[in-house]
Amino acid sequence: MFFFLSSGAFLGWSLGANDAANVFGTAVGTGMIKFRTAAVLASLCVVVGAVNEGAGGTETLGDLGNINAIAGSFTVALAAALTVTFMTKMKLPVSTSQAVVGAILGWNIFSGYDTDYSILSRIVGTWILCPVLAALFAIGIYKLVKFGLGKIKIHLLTLDAYTRIGLLVVGMLGAYSLGANNVANVVGMFVPASPLSDITLFGDVTFTGTQQLFFLGGIAISVGIFTYSYRVMQTVGKDLFRLSPETAFIIVASHSLVLYLFASEGLRDFFMSIGLAEIPLVPVSSSQAIVGAILGIALIKGARNVNWKMLGGISSGWVTTPVIAGVISYVSLFVMQNVFDLSVFN
Amino acid sequence: MASLLKLSKMLKSEIDDFLNLVSEAGILFQKGLELYLKENREEFEARLKTITDYERKADELRMNIERQLYLKTLIPENRGDVLAILENTDDVIDTYKETLTKFYVESPEIDNQFNDLFLELGDSTLNSIEWLVRAIRAFFKDFESVNDYIHKVAFYEHECDVAAVKLKQEIFDADLRLSRKMHLRYFAENVESISDAAEAVSDRLAIYAIKRQI
Repeated sequence: MFFFLSSGAFLGWSLGANDAANVFGTAVGTGMIKFRTAAVLASLCVVVGAVNEGAGGTETLGDLGNINAIAGSFTVALAAALTVTFMTKMKLPVSTSQAVVGAILGWNIFSGYDTDYSILSRIVGTWILCPVLAALFAIGIYKLVKFGLGKIKIHLLTLDAYTRIGLLVVGMLGAYSLGANNVANVVGMFVPASPLSDITLFGDVTFTGTQQLFFLGGIAISVGIFTYSYRVMQTVGKDLFRLSPETAFIIVASHSLVLYLFASEGLRDFFMSIGLAEIPLVPVSSSQAIVGAILGIALIKGARNVNWKMLGGISSGWVTTPVIAGVISYVSLFVMQNVFDLSVFN
Repeated sequence: MASLLKLSKMLKSEIDDFLNLVSEAGILFQKGLELYLKENREEFEARLKTITDYERKADELRMNIERQLYLKTLIPENRGDVLAILENTDDVIDTYKETLTKFYVESPEIDNQFNDLFLELGDSTLNSIEWLVRAIRAFFKDFESVNDYIHKVAFYEHECDVAAVKLKQEIFDADLRLSRKMHLRYFAENVESISDAAEAVSDRLAIYAIKRQI
């Protein structure tokens, strides 16, 4: 069974290595927070977020494709992982969330499972909504922070101390949201075919099989954070974005709020209770949320340095990533079934 | 986090102390110049001694602030700018001390007819430094108003230039030996150089203030 989970673990490792940098990259890269502090906090929050609120996104992915054989789950996760690796090697913008959806669609086509297009359209809608919302959040928080700083006249050194605390808090929220929102990418496809049974802890605390999967997914992400995210954080913090710590705070806060918005069942229920539209709980791209937030800040500052070509590349990734993942998934499932004689669907 | 806030508080207080020393050294310099022109040697030497103490204290404060900023990796985006501000402002207090020391060592003979212009030059110098200190304080607490203060620094630096030109003209128009004329010009230029140093800091400050905008 653990062999079959390995492809999900690889996806989790890659997610931890890359996306933790979105959350703590600037803080660590600029030396405001030590890597060890960031790694420990991010890992803890990712696991708690995954176990606590990972169900929402997983349910939506399950509705899109109910992968009912463990070998099928393994292949779908492997196809998504191969897509992410291939596209990263080719230096193409890629999102794990979009690769997973493409791989699930590949399974649907291969197994003859009817794809629910209303769910698919909701998922695709969130891909566009995610960076747009992140941009709007960033603009709102930017205006708020600028107004506040203009009024309070805070000393540079006090601001530095508060920014560090702020980066730590939004970083923890970001890691929690990342676990809650993105764990579905890592283990979501294993849930319908999960062989794990419920465990009762301390007499009356039930740790369900699904929560155990989320826990393992969270651990895989944490391993990625500890083993490889330092390099990515240094790149993000020093070379790629060159953000001031205050701007980094705004961007990470926007990213974290957007990811949380698409992960929290509590928030969804609250919005519905006050008559607002239902928020689809879908795994979204952490990197695209960050890019959206940066774009929001760039737009409010006059959009002088916006790399529209890069944005075009990201938009094209919304189509190319799922298509490539779908093709790899279909071919891999064919190989698994016909070469290795494994049952990839029931 | 509590220790971080404590450290910030301590450094804020040290930066304030450093700027207080720069500001007070300006007043002491003007007073020292006045005493020298009145030939009150004893009081003049007392002022020189105080300025020398201030210069040493300012050096110690500056070095401690710089060390802490680097050791604790504080204000990563502005650290270099803050260091440049502190070091260049420290140069101002050094110039105060050096100029008064030159008066002490070389004892230039200044005829009464030049006293008013020397004092006018010293006055404008003091004003330029006062506004520079305000601009630096604003850089830390209210960077949007830095430009208002920088404008005043530039104004008083120009006043210094005008007073210095006038003083040098009067020196060279006077019936003195060329060696004395050159000696006096040298002192006029020394006093004038303090406001030039202030303007150099304020020019950098204008750029650093833009960088502080989020």
